Amino acid sequence: MGIGTYLALASVLFGIGAAGFLTRRNMLIQLMSIELMLNSVNVVLLAFNRVYPANHDGQVFAFFVIAVAAAEAAVGLAILIAYYRIKKTIDTDDATLLKY
Amino acid sequence: MISPGTVLFVSTSILAIAGALMTISSRRPLRAAIGLLIHIISLAGMFLTLNAHLLAALQLLVYAGAIVVLFVFVIMLIGPASEVGPIEGRLASRTLSIAMTIAIVLAVATTVAYFDAPWGQVADDFGTVEALGMAIYKQALVPFEVISITLLVAIIGAIAIARSRTE
Repeated sequence: MGIGTYLALASVLFGIGAAGFLTRRNMLIQLMSIELMLNSVNVVLLAFNRVYPANHDGQVFAFFVIAVAAAEAAVGLAILIAYYRIKKTIDTDDATLLKY
Repeated sequence: MISPGTVLFVSTSILAIAGALMTISSRRPLRAAIGLLIHIISLAGMFLTLNAHLLAALQLLVYAGAIVVLFVFVIMLIGPASEVGPIEGRLASRTLSIAMTIAIVLAVATTVAYFDAPWGQVADDFGTVEALGMAIYKQALVPFEVISITLLVAIIGAIAIARSRTE
């Protein structure tokens, strides 16, 4: 298994996440799709770090990506709960407060 | 000759794609969360084939242990409203967005699949807790402190946003 296989797999996973974010209206599943995309980036970082293992730069970067993903999930779910309090739904099509 | 690493990579990649598809295609959010869990655990297995032992453990702890549990908590908190009705209408835009994503992914994946570089010779301590900890504290000390402040701000922000307005 060369690095090309890892890169192709990561791009497929990123595409699945992007398709989920674009087509679903459930805000929970859109947040999960963001997590899928962040995870696929980690695969690329670790694969390149394995090819050039003189230092740990890729793994350090993946570490920070995981930390940012945790912060993003916490804030995103808090926004979801606040939105649910206002609208009593988590359908993103109903987020029209700024539209009119 | 098929090496154990190849077997692990193939099985975890199939599971990761299956989990991702389950995440974006299931109507019930709890099933999507289980799909995300499958995806994350199989990616942690894949990180082992890349000599990233600490990152595999962190993936399990932070993603499977914290983020998925947070999602499940929110699904339970919201209850039946966490399920949004079936998708209706706007077939053209949805088909177009999926088709464009597939086209871009095919173009990128078939291009990068030809990238080839020999796996470098790794040191014995590559990716271990000690080596990665030394790398973080020697080369990325300021980003490390900034990320800790970011997490603190995210915690306070999450509390401030999600708290009830009833006073």
